[in-house]
Amino acid sequence: MAELWLAGLLAALGIALSAARFAIGPRAVDRVVAFDALTIISVAGLVIIALATGRAIYLDVALVYALLSFLGVIVAARYLEGGE
Amino acid sequence: MSDRLAPAKLFATTFLFWILLNGSLAPDVAVVGLIVAAAITYFLPNGLSFLSGYKAKPLATLGYIAFFFKELIKANLSMAHLVLMPTIAVKPAFVKVRTKLTHPVGRLLLANSITLTPGTLSVEIEGEHIYVHWVVAETTDPEAATRKIVAGFEKYLEVIYG
Amino acid sequence: MQSLLGAIVLTAGAVFLALGGLGVWRMPDTWTRIQAGTKATTLGMILSMAGAAILMPGWTIKLVLIALFLMFTNPLSSQVLARAAHRAGVKPDPRTRFDALAADEEAKR
Repeated sequence: MAELWLAGLLAALGIALSAARFAIGPRAVDRVVAFDALTIISVAGLVIIALATGRAIYLDVALVYALLSFLGVIVAARYLEGGE
Repeated sequence: MSDRLAPAKLFATTFLFWILLNGSLAPDVAVVGLIVAAAITYFLPNGLSFLSGYKAKPLATLGYIAFFFKELIKANLSMAHLVLMPTIAVKPAFVKVRTKLTHPVGRLLLANSITLTPGTLSVEIEGEHIYVHWVVAETTDPEAATRKIVAGFEKYLEVIYG
Repeated sequence: MQSLLGAIVLTAGAVFLALGGLGVWRMPDTWTRIQAGTKATTLGMILSMAGAAILMPGWTIKLVLIALFLMFTNPLSSQVLARAAHRAGVKPDPRTRFDALAADEEAKR
């Protein structure tokens, strides 16, 4: 269990740092980049939660989350290409 | 591309994805999968999958995977070093490299591989050229950059998606 | 033994996830942030999935599926973002010594 706490804390640190970048930007595209990194770390975080709770349903949540955020980032990038 | 097996490959890939997603081969799961995979294949007859253009070359495929992971780990160690230093010592450049690959799946895998390997990031793909952002650029000459960035992967991908 | 190995691999993965966040936070411009973010989170995610699979062998198929999906889409979304930033005219870090893409686009005009 200790290792799950350690891994969870490290993932939370990664999430906090990307969230900080998301907050300060400075450009919209920097926020999307931060969001992209945040998502991947969160997917791993969800897997750690699945391990901690022993519930495999979180793996499906992680998979769907990964899929939706990928689409979201692609759409956001398409939008940003037109200039800010 | 005149690959007559293309729809079958797309169908096989989507169906396999569905089965893995469900983690079961129960009849109801399989039937829904067959219907959805068939619908996708019907509506997207030109859809690409990993199998499109794939030539069954197990040695080159394994070589590519091994080389990819080696480069991915190298990339991460050098990036960790860069990020943990008190001052961030970057010397970036956007350089142009050239690829001989013509198949779209091979080119996609090359661009992805470049992004995950030491210090490089694919930015734009135009014809036979890929524009690459290089964190610590060693050269700006297209030929030298191609040898440094592309050649390692292309050697395998040429065989697999030639 | 197996749970120790799983714990080590999982924790190693989490270290890279934290480094990815650090890179996104510390790097000086959009492209260097993408670089640091995408590489570290991809390896960190793969190692986390591998560690989880060692700890929970019954989950292996789904974990491999997540890992394969992200291994493929993460660099792709990074490339699309890098291109979007360039097209939107985001200024690179002043230490950037050469821009072949901007030069070629200028030449075409």
